[in-house]
Amino acid sequence: MLSPQAKQKIDRELTKYPADQKQSAVMSALAIVQDEYGWLSSEVMDEVAQYLGMPQIAVYEVATFYNMYNLKPMGKSKITVCTNLPCALSGGVDAAEYLKKKLGVDWRETTADGNFTLVEGECMGACGDAPVLLVNNKRMCSFMSNEKLDKLIEELK
Amino acid sequence: MAEFAKTFDYGPDAIILKGLDGSNWRLKDYESRAGYAALKKILRDGLKPEDVIAEVKKSALRGRGGAGFPTGLKWSFMPRSFPGAKYLVCNSDEGEPGTFKDRDILRYNPHVLIEGMIIAAYAMGIAVGYNYIHGEIWSDYDRFEEALEEARAAGYLGEKILGTDFSFQLHAFHGFGAYICGEETALLESIEGKKGQPRFKPPFPASFGLYGKPTTINNTETFAAVPYIIREGGEAFLNLGKPNNGGTKLFSVSGNVARPGNYEVKLGTPFAKLLEMAGGMRGGRKIKGVIPGGSSMPVIKGDVMMSIDMDYDSIAKAGSMLGSGAVIVMDEDTCMVKAAERLAYFYFEESCGQCTPCREGTGWLYRIIHRIEHGLGRQEDLDLLLNLADQIQGRTICALGDAAAMPVRAFVKNYREEFEYHIAHKRCMVGPGGYSTRHVAESLAMAAE
Ligand SMILES: Cc1cc2nc3c(=O)[nH]c(=O)nc-3n(C[C@H](O)[C@H](O)[C@H](O)COP(=O)(O)O)c2cc1C
Ligand code: FES
Repeated sequence: MLSPQAKQKIDRELTKYPADQKQSAVMSALAIVQDEYGWLSSEVMDEVAQYLGMPQIAVYEVATFYNMYNLKPMGKSKITVCTNLPCALSGGVDAAEYLKKKLGVDWRETTADGNFTLVEGECMGACGDAPVLLVNNKRMCSFMSNEKLDKLIEELK
Repeated sequence: MAEFAKTFDYGPDAIILKGLDGSNWRLKDYESRAGYAALKKILRDGLKPEDVIAEVKKSALRGRGGAGFPTGLKWSFMPRSFPGAKYLVCNSDEGEPGTFKDRDILRYNPHVLIEGMIIAAYAMGIAVGYNYIHGEIWSDYDRFEEALEEARAAGYLGEKILGTDFSFQLHAFHGFGAYICGEETALLESIEGKKGQPRFKPPFPASFGLYGKPTTINNTETFAAVPYIIREGGEAFLNLGKPNNGGTKLFSVSGNVARPGNYEVKLGTPFAKLLEMAGGMRGGRKIKGVIPGGSSMPVIKGDVMMSIDMDYDSIAKAGSMLGSGAVIVMDEDTCMVKAAERLAYFYFEESCGQCTPCREGTGWLYRIIHRIEHGLGRQEDLDLLLNLADQIQGRTICALGDAAAMPVRAFVKNYREEFEYHIAHKRCMVGPGGYSTRHVAESLAMAAE
């Protein structure tokens, strides 16, 4: 069941759209429930479908199309590092390699203690602050030197 | 965090980003910078919607999202006496690699965008608008929501704005990680709660847009230029730039420069000047190539670039496009094969999969450049790449196909000897690594100060 808090947040989103266009709230609804559960199981997606009066398949289509939805459980912290060209020219790939070595994982892998999942990201619209990374979709960290990466990992453990 | 360990020195000619320090983004700060004066002028003087559009036409403002389409003309396509709902949409999906200007508007001057959108809504008789914000910039989305609340509380947004009969509701929409949603019709699909797959055009959004209703879509920076145009006059804006290229433009300078960042300059400013504002080349190294308008645009050789002015027409004459204004600078230590490989991977990853030439072609482009980069290339690969680019470009529903094909073509054309060296010698011409990140540690230390 969707929690009352989640429903409340989804209801606020629904006020933005015409009454006959509830489907417009599906992306934010999925983001809201992902915050709660950490990932989107098909049960959770079905509840969203029911709540918004949409076919289940239409919800799966959205969840599988957009990169920031987690379709399986992630580590406690999902770290997305941008390695696109503008970032790569300013140390983005180096930062990613440093994290891989430090955490002992490759892209899309989770550390054995379940703390971290490392994901390769595309441009986050923050190329001037490279190296940049995103923690659990929401917290953007800029100018990530090795020292700052060490500190961040320590903090998130 | 080092969130604010950045420069707010946007340049002496800034108008949109003028006087910002990272903390003065609230309504009262904006009002002290003549904020909402343009809206008040329109409502007080009873300016007619046609007058507003005429002023925007006079300014020669061109769309800042990539295509450079004249804004006033776009606004005049909206059916004036359409009986049902019409929509206004702002494209803050900024995902074109190298582009990070709209984010500074959203977080440091959100009200200039809100005011610009209100004026646009007035000019086109629109009652509801959405701002589609890039998924990765969550805290900036939150701030924009907060700014909207401020504007509503002050009577600038909502029912009967400033006591007149004009009403306009504006909402924020959060993307969730799909480059293709920057394409305007994919963006509309996304707001409708679907996969972001572009629509066939025509019909254009002005006749069949959001929920099938007439819709106008502009980029964040385009809307943000509007208050100045109304306040100071279209003529004044035009005169900042040059004919057909009115106003200032935000350039996001990234790559091997000493001070990456946003710089707002008059259109027509020499590239050499812009480079100087960005601190020159990092470590004093030689400039090798520049992508002047975001990753989708053809790369230009460094020495050629040094004599080009930064405006739509000059860059087009040099064989590229001003695009989104993202200037990616590469120095002599950059392996152009590796650079092309990374961009090709991006388009492969982000193709929505709808059109076969793009879905399959972007994968082929990537795989071929990948094998050249990894010493497995064949002599005939370069012609194959160009042939593939031909098979993709112009044969897809949206311009993502072109965006994938054009850079490949330009990389091969301008740096053919590097590709050939890779194929013949199975290694890189510029040495290991492929990107010059040796001096990055220094820059990071500087940024942290
Ligand atoms: C693949 C692709 C990605 C795009 N991404 C963006 C974007 O991130 N931001 C943007 O404003 N326009 C983007 N555009 C251009 C939009 O389709 C549209 O032209 C623009 O938002 C119109 O606004 P303007 O006239 O103010 O420039 C993109 C186009 C394509 C084909
Ligand atoms: S390329 Fe990394 S944020 Fe843009």
